[in-house]
Amino acid sequence: MNLLMEIGNGPLAITATITGIGLVFAALLIAKLISPKSYSVKKSEPYECGIPTRGESMIQFKTGYYIFAILFLIFDVETVFLYPWAVIARSLGVQSLLCIGIFLFILVLGLAYAWRKGALKWT
Amino acid sequence: MFDFGIWTSWFNNLLTGCMPGWAATLIECVVIGVLVLATYALLALFYILYERKLCAWFQCRLGPMRVGKWGLLQVFADMFKILIKELISLKGTDKFLFKLAPYLVITSSVVMLACLPWGRGLQIINYNIGIFFVLAVSSVGVLGILLAGWSSNNKYTLIGAMRSGAQMVSYELSLGLAIITIVLFAGTMNINELVYAQNDGWFIFKGHIPAIIAFLIYVIAATAETNRGPFDLPEAEHELTAGYHTEYSGIHFGFFYLAEYLNLFIVSGIASLMFLGGWMPLHIPGWDGFNEVMNWIPSIVWFLGKAFFISYVIIWFKWTFPRVRIDQMLAFEWKYLMPFSLANLVLMAVFVALGWHF
Repeated sequence: MNLLMEIGNGPLAITATITGIGLVFAALLIAKLISPKSYSVKKSEPYECGIPTRGESMIQFKTGYYIFAILFLIFDVETVFLYPWAVIARSLGVQSLLCIGIFLFILVLGLAYAWRKGALKWT
Repeated sequence: MFDFGIWTSWFNNLLTGCMPGWAATLIECVVIGVLVLATYALLALFYILYERKLCAWFQCRLGPMRVGKWGLLQVFADMFKILIKELISLKGTDKFLFKLAPYLVITSSVVMLACLPWGRGLQIINYNIGIFFVLAVSSVGVLGILLAGWSSNNKYTLIGAMRSGAQMVSYELSLGLAIITIVLFAGTMNINELVYAQNDGWFIFKGHIPAIIAFLIYVIAATAETNRGPFDLPEAEHELTAGYHTEYSGIHFGFFYLAEYLNLFIVSGIASLMFLGGWMPLHIPGWDGFNEVMNWIPSIVWFLGKAFFISYVIIWFKWTFPRVRIDQMLAFEWKYLMPFSLANLVLMAVFVALGWHF
């Protein structure tokens, strides 16, 4: 504990990040050194499901996912706002309950609206 | 209970005694990096064997038995095999994003691993917003999977990545809300303080009803977060070949494989940290003799035991439940799990405000 306190969190987080990058880099380097290499036209084609592919693959895609992404944004920001409240809720007592109740009520209303409009339905 | 801080401060004193401060810090950072790397590799190998053995036992098979005693060396052989496979570069892929994706996936799981409390005095990153930091880093992994699917120039990987994106972001909400429920109860986000707050009983016992509901929600959401169990839509073999990593070969594929198992360990570790006391032994207030006996078991054994137990449950899900459809999966999250976790949060707030807890 003492040691880790002395280094500080910033350098430690950077150390962990560099470790992750280093792990990938080192493993790729080893693989490049010891793995065989050969080239053929057929091999460099996308596998997909085994038969030759047709058309572009980087295409515009189903909007269903997009609606869920937007819903996620709303509620994720909400959870971010809930964290500071959660930390101090104990010391605020009943008053905090009322405040967060109003906040959550508005959000649940939003969810109910999205539900009613059919945004949660997979088409 | 043994405090690993004794070792680390001894090492620190040894280094600072014979060299300037910056050099000591540098060497300590390198040592920590190497230790994290070794832990990461060993855990990933252990988890691959763990899953293969468990899956075999659930299906009345023996699992790998040939390489080494009881197949213990099988995973090393597997990893070596993956390492010597050719790295195929494909036509039409977005080369930069294709190579960037494994970096994001692996780095996010390494940083999360460094945040976990392994034992008394055995924790690396200790922010005061610890658990929030872990959640924030976990979303970088989603980005890696999305990039992998997008850049592969393959329609199935694109579908897999889109599914994975929709699934992981959706279940992240329930996961976050279950964690907020416990943060609300504990009144802190610091991982170390969270563990010490469970000295007189784990949160799942202290917070009784809302904490147990939050635990159930957490385990379900964590199963979906790690793309496992009944929620393995992003790599549904029968539908999408192999999901978002179809076009990756050799060790490139290995990275996704490793990160998946490490994420399983990390979500189990967070579950044990938030609900089952992290490395804190089972303490029952008043039973001093019992508590003394429990203190004899090293803290690292407690932490790993709890984490492996929760991983066991999640692996059990995988080999028991059939895969759900995507509309069922999203409806389950948005129409049931999410309203339930919001209601559970309010319930916990009421319990805390009125003092109805231990």
